[in-house]
Amino acid sequence: MTQRPDYKAFPDQRGHFGRFGGRFVSETLMAALDELETMYRRLKDDPEFQADFDRDLAHYVGRPSPLYLAERWTEQLGGARIWLKREDLNHTGAHKVNNTIGQALLAKHMGKQRVIAETGAGQHGVASATVAARLGLECHVFMGEEDIRRQKLNVYRMKLLGADVIPVTSGSRTLKDAMNEAMRDWVTNVDDTFYIIGTVAGPHPYPMLVRDFQSVIGREAREQSLAQAGKLPDALVACVGGGSNAIGLFHPFLEDDGVAMYGVEAAGDGVETGRHAAPLSAGRPGVLHGNRTYLMEDDNGQIIETHSVSAGLDYPGVGPEHAWLKDIGRVNYVAADDTEALAAFREVTRVEGIMPALESAHALAYARKLAPTMGKDKDIIVNLSGRGDKDILTVAEIDGIHF
Amino acid sequence: MSRIETTFARLKEQQRKALIPFITAGDPGLEVTVPLMRTLVEAGADVIELGVPFSDPMADGPVIQKACERALAAGTGLPDVLAMVREFRRGDDTTPVVLMGYLNPVECMGYERFAETCAEVGVDGVLLVDLPPEECDEIAPLFKERGVDLIFLVAPTTTEARISRIAEAASGYLYYVSLKGVTGSASLNVDEVAARVETIRNLAQLPIGVGFGIKDAQSARAVSRVADGVVVGSALVSQVAAHADDPMAMTAAVSEILAGMRAAMDKP
Repeated sequence: MTQRPDYKAFPDQRGHFGRFGGRFVSETLMAALDELETMYRRLKDDPEFQADFDRDLAHYVGRPSPLYLAERWTEQLGGARIWLKREDLNHTGAHKVNNTIGQALLAKHMGKQRVIAETGAGQHGVASATVAARLGLECHVFMGEEDIRRQKLNVYRMKLLGADVIPVTSGSRTLKDAMNEAMRDWVTNVDDTFYIIGTVAGPHPYPMLVRDFQSVIGREAREQSLAQAGKLPDALVACVGGGSNAIGLFHPFLEDDGVAMYGVEAAGDGVETGRHAAPLSAGRPGVLHGNRTYLMEDDNGQIIETHSVSAGLDYPGVGPEHAWLKDIGRVNYVAADDTEALAAFREVTRVEGIMPALESAHALAYARKLAPTMGKDKDIIVNLSGRGDKDILTVAEIDGIHF
Repeated sequence: MSRIETTFARLKEQQRKALIPFITAGDPGLEVTVPLMRTLVEAGADVIELGVPFSDPMADGPVIQKACERALAAGTGLPDVLAMVREFRRGDDTTPVVLMGYLNPVECMGYERFAETCAEVGVDGVLLVDLPPEECDEIAPLFKERGVDLIFLVAPTTTEARISRIAEAASGYLYYVSLKGVTGSASLNVDEVAARVETIRNLAQLPIGVGFGIKDAQSARAVSRVADGVVVGSALVSQVAAHADDPMAMTAAVSEILAGMRAAMDKP
């Protein structure tokens, strides 16, 4: 085996993870990204900034989130012990808020009074609207018209929080188009606006700073595993859309060679059908939304529509650090389809009394296959990245129930 | 000398400024583009910027977004755009053609194959909106050795240090984005543009084209007083959209706007 890379040295000064990442944006945004990077590099080692961040995570988000041993489910599967990292218990119901707290603090330090965000399922939009309300910032959330229709409850939640939800009618009217529109807004209002990107994608320094803010998940899980299981876990499992919850869990364990990692993409109707959202499993490297990464594209390099029961995984790209971790073989990227995710959703709800988000259910679906192949003395940590309340209407619709 | 250099040199001698229309290739159909390019030349174009349609045109406003959607719906891919330039060259060996678009279709085709085909069909310059000089180390030499210019944007937010860096990487001309915003945005402030162009001139030797926000003969004339070239896109593309079903009317409308700009720019 080749020598282990120094994971902490990535991205490099120009935001590259190997051949991935970088800063592929129009010239107007280059100065704003430089400004953000300079500010972030200064603040990330500033004890006062870190203390503010930690305090908000403790008292506003409710961290640390528990590491919960799913005993009944473990017994039922008959293999490795399954531990759930309970990001679903965070304020606003998912891991997304870890990042919006951090970026809102940055916005405050940079004196920006207006924040914008893109959202797919609405979780990042809600988490952005939440921190904006708390800091008294003006907040605009871009959301595809199609997603607005699918996620009415989250749209209303954002409005109650005082955010302006802007329907995006271009392209496929989903998350990728919302991100395009947020970029267009940012170019236009770059002087007074902070763009809160919701995942570990986008131009440098976003993949780096979102990862750093989300790494609290893995740092806690590592300590909790040592304290509760008496050892490091043998495997980590997390779902990957853009990949922020996965990188947050994985990153603090990258140097622990004995910890296997599985990133689970959305296979939709099945990777072989072409109707999926699994660029790492079935895509090609390309450039979108400011970074080079694996993408779902046609033969002419046009981005194609994705399919998944979970709106939060319905994205044709993925964070560049994942693309790199795939190429160097440190993380295994696999996929779970809609049917498997729904089965895991139902099973964990019934056996553990925990209703996972459909995104997180993809990770659970893979853990369900992995656990029986491992011994009973082994430990798996699954990132339960969000709660399933927002998905109840989707599942009801599949069951033929309309409210 | 390249076609772009020759064109700017000739204009300088005539004390005229370059009129640089932009249209999206394949909008609203593949067969429309080459005849429309010839119309542009007849109406007074000095350089043609030909937009390569992309599914996610992040720097463009609604007019060019819709043009991309129409072109993609018609099945326009990068190889088709290159074929259009080849066809255009059969009747016009002097008007420079610059491809303007986003990086991903080029990555998908492969840098080497793209650069090679550009040189072969007669593309003179390439402007990739989401490719800043920081990321161009791989592609730049491929263009350079084939004599294809790599054209870069300069924005209102670009620092002087960056302008120098961009000027070093660029050839052909510099494209100054007149405002913070997307293509087809409101209106530009000529005094601000004049001041910025002056700053760029002190740092770069290349001709400077100005685009974004030029809507009519009056704004074209005003910008031509301070810059070397005037780029007009959305104002033309919206006429293509308005007459998508009537090629004759489309040609007439586009000609009228461009000829009006030409006249206003050339008026002493």
